[in-house]
Amino acid sequence: MELTKEEEASLKGENGETLELAYRILVATGEATDAKKLIPIEWAHVSGVNYNTIGDAGEEFLSNLSKDAKVKVKTTVNPMGYDIDNVSNYNLDEEFIKKQESIRDSYNKMGVTPSFSCIPYEIFDLPKNNTQVSFAETNAAIYVNSIGHLKTNKESAFSALASAITGKSPYSDLRKDQESPNLTIRMKLDNPNELELGMLGYYAGKVADSSVRISGVNKMDRRSCKSLCGGMGTSGRCGKFILDDDDDGSEKVDFDKKEMQQVYDELNTTDSSDLITLGSPQLGLEELSDLSSMLKGKSFKKRCMVFCPRAIQNQAKKLGYTGELERAGCEILSDCCTCLTPLIDKENVDGVTTNSIKGAYYLKNSNGVDVNLKPLSKIIQEETK
Amino acid sequence: MTLKIIVKGKAIGKILKSKNPINFLGAVDKKTGIIRDQQHELFEKSLKNSILVFPYGIGSSVGAYTIYSLKSNNSAPAAMICTKADLSVVSGCALANIPMVIANQEQYDSLQDGQEITLDAESGILTTH
Repeated sequence: MELTKEEEASLKGENGETLELAYRILVATGEATDAKKLIPIEWAHVSGVNYNTIGDAGEEFLSNLSKDAKVKVKTTVNPMGYDIDNVSNYNLDEEFIKKQESIRDSYNKMGVTPSFSCIPYEIFDLPKNNTQVSFAETNAAIYVNSIGHLKTNKESAFSALASAITGKSPYSDLRKDQESPNLTIRMKLDNPNELELGMLGYYAGKVADSSVRISGVNKMDRRSCKSLCGGMGTSGRCGKFILDDDDDGSEKVDFDKKEMQQVYDELNTTDSSDLITLGSPQLGLEELSDLSSMLKGKSFKKRCMVFCPRAIQNQAKKLGYTGELERAGCEILSDCCTCLTPLIDKENVDGVTTNSIKGAYYLKNSNGVDVNLKPLSKIIQEETK
Repeated sequence: MTLKIIVKGKAIGKILKSKNPINFLGAVDKKTGIIRDQQHELFEKSLKNSILVFPYGIGSSVGAYTIYSLKSNNSAPAAMICTKADLSVVSGCALANIPMVIANQEQYDSLQDGQEITLDAESGILTTH
């Protein structure tokens, strides 16, 4: 990879330790993806905010980094471990809260926008088409590459942070006007719901390379699209999909009942649950509006946690949606997400019902709880009275 | 054999080989380095001090922090060898100073689980003992 004189000097440590570290990451990721140069980016979205995922080593790293580092471009951040407004209801230990607050302080010191959301594409205006950004959160990277007309690598927590500090990123394949993907997945199921599209995404992530073409899916509502992006980001390294029914001569694989059943059997581990979670990725305003309509005159038979960004919750409050959801028994949480929140613990939860494939994978493997998969329509039908 | 160097360094150790990709955030315990995903072929095996040979990293971008945590907790692999670059693995290794190289398919296929090797990721040369 060719570096400018200034980039070279930063890599050698001539402009301080923070930039040396950032360039070391950018050069390694650039070399690994055969990038020829670094290019400017306008917006970074970093992951690695939840103490549950980054642990003591991550907390200490960010605390040290924030003594000197400042972000150079607009930088938004992923969810953390809990909602500060109601954390006292959840019996979290003080050590967790102390470490989570330290992480939040470190990001604030670096000058980020404290969005604590995995759906930055729903709470901020998107820049003009083809703008280069660096998004770490996988569902968001896939979403903006595939639907949002932006360009990003499928960044890691560190590569996006390095981009935030330098305003640069390697010019790797997904940033270019791309060649056609080498694989097409033929969706064989008619009128799929959001859970089935999440399973399609999970399957696609497993078989695709860095991008994939999907045929047989004409249009998706926002919920389904987010579900597909979440599933795809969980199982693979694929960072972009293109919906296209034209035959371009690429290799083809089918996603039919058999493939769907395999994904379902891998992620669905129980038929019963004591908790419902909605929001992985976090829910947007449209989804909260839909949910409040679906719940008119009904209430949940068990606990139901609803995760959404704070900005969305504030809007939803004004529109009366949160009042309706709370009446139906929902616990509404901002700043955190189903995935890896310490609020769902195997000590006090046996099984969780969710419509999220991404949520299912991490609930099962990281939180260690059983998962019961159902589409939202069935959750409303079977879990309310 | 000569491999493409991504993160420089030297390592000696025994190969732990996985046919399947690894989601570091979901599948690896960041304190112990033990694989906790029951459906993964390396379930209950420890990555500690191994030369970890696997196709590529998948899933969460926070997997990079898992790799950094493994190093801080003295549970990290001594080196990693992949066939494809995934930014979580690459950046995690870069920050944690874990030597990392990319092998082509033929080289990758020739590496055997349990083999003792020396990886010189300064020159890119791998030698079997």
